[in-house]
Amino acid sequence: MSAGLMIYNVLCLAVPFSVALLLAALGENFNQRAGVFNLGCDGIMCMGAFLGFMVPFSLKATPWAAYGNLLGIGAALAVGAAMGVVFALVTVTFRASQGIAGIGLQMLGWGLAGTLFRHFVGGVTGVEGMAAIAIPGLSKVPFLGGVLFNHNALTYTALLLVPACWFLLYKTPWGLKVRAVGTHPRAADTMGIHVDLIRYQALMLGGAMAGLAGAYLSLCQAKMFSDDLVAGRGFIAVALVYFGRWSPLGILGGALLFSIAQSFQLSMQVWGIKFPYEFAVMLPYVLVIVVLALARKARQLGPTDLGKPYNREMRF
Amino acid sequence: MNRNKILYSGAIILAVTLIAALLVALVLYSIGASPLATYKTILTGPLSDLFGVTEVLVRSVPLMLVALGIAISFRSGILNIGAEGQIQMGVIASTAMALAMPHAPKAILLPATMMAGALAGALWGGIAGWLKAKLQVNEILSTVMLNYIAAQVYTFMLRGPMLDPNELETGSGTPQSMRLPEMAFLDTLVPGTRIHMGLILALVAALLVWMLLWKTTLGYRMRTAGAGAKAARYAGIPVERYLIVAMLMAGGFAGLAGAVEVSGVHHRAIEGISSGYGFAGIVVALFGALHPGGIVPSAVFFGILLIGADMTQRSASVPANMVLVLQGVIILSIVSAQSFLRNPYAQERFFRWFGRFSSSARKAGKGAQS
Repeated sequence: MSAGLMIYNVLCLAVPFSVALLLAALGENFNQRAGVFNLGCDGIMCMGAFLGFMVPFSLKATPWAAYGNLLGIGAALAVGAAMGVVFALVTVTFRASQGIAGIGLQMLGWGLAGTLFRHFVGGVTGVEGMAAIAIPGLSKVPFLGGVLFNHNALTYTALLLVPACWFLLYKTPWGLKVRAVGTHPRAADTMGIHVDLIRYQALMLGGAMAGLAGAYLSLCQAKMFSDDLVAGRGFIAVALVYFGRWSPLGILGGALLFSIAQSFQLSMQVWGIKFPYEFAVMLPYVLVIVVLALARKARQLGPTDLGKPYNREMRF
Repeated sequence: MNRNKILYSGAIILAVTLIAALLVALVLYSIGASPLATYKTILTGPLSDLFGVTEVLVRSVPLMLVALGIAISFRSGILNIGAEGQIQMGVIASTAMALAMPHAPKAILLPATMMAGALAGALWGGIAGWLKAKLQVNEILSTVMLNYIAAQVYTFMLRGPMLDPNELETGSGTPQSMRLPEMAFLDTLVPGTRIHMGLILALVAALLVWMLLWKTTLGYRMRTAGAGAKAARYAGIPVERYLIVAMLMAGGFAGLAGAVEVSGVHHRAIEGISSGYGFAGIVVALFGALHPGGIVPSAVFFGILLIGADMTQRSASVPANMVLVLQGVIILSIVSAQSFLRNPYAQERFFRWFGRFSSSARKAGKGAQS
């Protein structure tokens, strides 16, 4: 096998792998820019993955079957936004410690998805999932065509969301408010920005995107659901936000780096290079720690009030 | 004032408990289980006979140990979510130690087994502490990642180097280690049950942790570092060093819990040995107010919940994942309740509202009299 073909194969796998991480991390970026550290992202992804699977699965033999995937995505977005509101209630309104609350939300989402799945479905069952749409013309371009233009609709959406999120964050009044609220909430409050409201909105948006990321995993990547489908991707997404220095473009780079590492590891097994499977699986998690250790200088670029609840009544 | 405070705390705790119970009831209802019957099975089922009670205690031992470690780390300002991985590392190390010296006398082998487990857990936790202290790596993320890594190391060890040779011969291939030599077992306390010496160990550990945190300089410094890192630094406390120490201790307790599980209950390393104790331990620690005096009863309470949840799985077909839902809801409720309890403004508002309510009630009462 030529080196060029090997790189091509790795990249073709890497783009679909990156989508779930990308969607979740872009969403988490809004949370963190608004000053809220949402570790519940992983739990939201679990619920999104479950509903993304469950809705088309239960609509299979009904006249609605044609809209199953779309409705599943809608349900995942809605449950994500709802869990974002729950997290906002606990961390913004009640001002609870965000780290522990995030772990609570993660357990809740993880457990709830597993419980409902065991009760309503039980065993391993597949769904048809979403088919790849080759973009006419562009998909025929040598090399790039296969890597970029032969995926399903959610992959294109995720890639287009990178510039969209950038625009939303840096070029709209709402984006400015989000960044202000995460950097200096008191100043923002003085200027008449409703800090809590903006944080609620950011958490809803971030939650919806995490839900979408989950739906991508079950509908497009695995085409099935299981308890450990998400496998900590939500936490990796949180780390990617650090690594990407809170910018959508940086997050895209991080997500691609991760998925290239992952598809490289898978490809190595296909090529017959022997090393223990378990070590291959742990690679992305080791990479997260390395990346976080290297990204420590970037912390100054991040929102300064990240993780701090804001209390307008508090006097100094 | 003091009476008011108690009244306020009581009202908040009651309200939060009710809301949490309602939320979980909603989930139970949606999966077609009767919430009341399920609650009854969970809370009373495990205590209906002596065997049930001892099983509750068996479950509470690792929970207690893990929660004690987590309390140390949370008090020192570092959120250790990595107990699950630290337990698994403890299991590997203690099993390896016990299997390495099959003929050693009990007085040497048992302590060595426990020490090996604690040491391995401490090192695994210490990685996260070091990363936090030296490289400012967020400890929640690093410990979560270390959990996933430990899980893979654990399966690798059980399927590879530590696999019981008998499994290869018989070809069943169950990933588990060889049985430990009997000299490495923790003695059974009540014949015919599984309750073992680990319970005594955990209770002693609780006492030691209390003494460490509230009666020694080290503990005082660790709590100060956790309560306010800036102020602690001004007072000359090397906060970073205590972060590492706290994580070493937290990991050590989790690793010890793993060793106790191996030598007290399973007598070999098996798959799924930690069975969520690492996460449940967080809830136990928070529920016990991060204090050994609270953690001991709270560990027993969660022992009941775990056994009870197993029973509902069998009798009412409520999936075991329901425990995670319960834990998640409890964590979210505790952190919400805490912020209400700590917030003087909320208390003020509560009494303003309460005062208006009671004075209007008094007026209404007077009106009825006249």
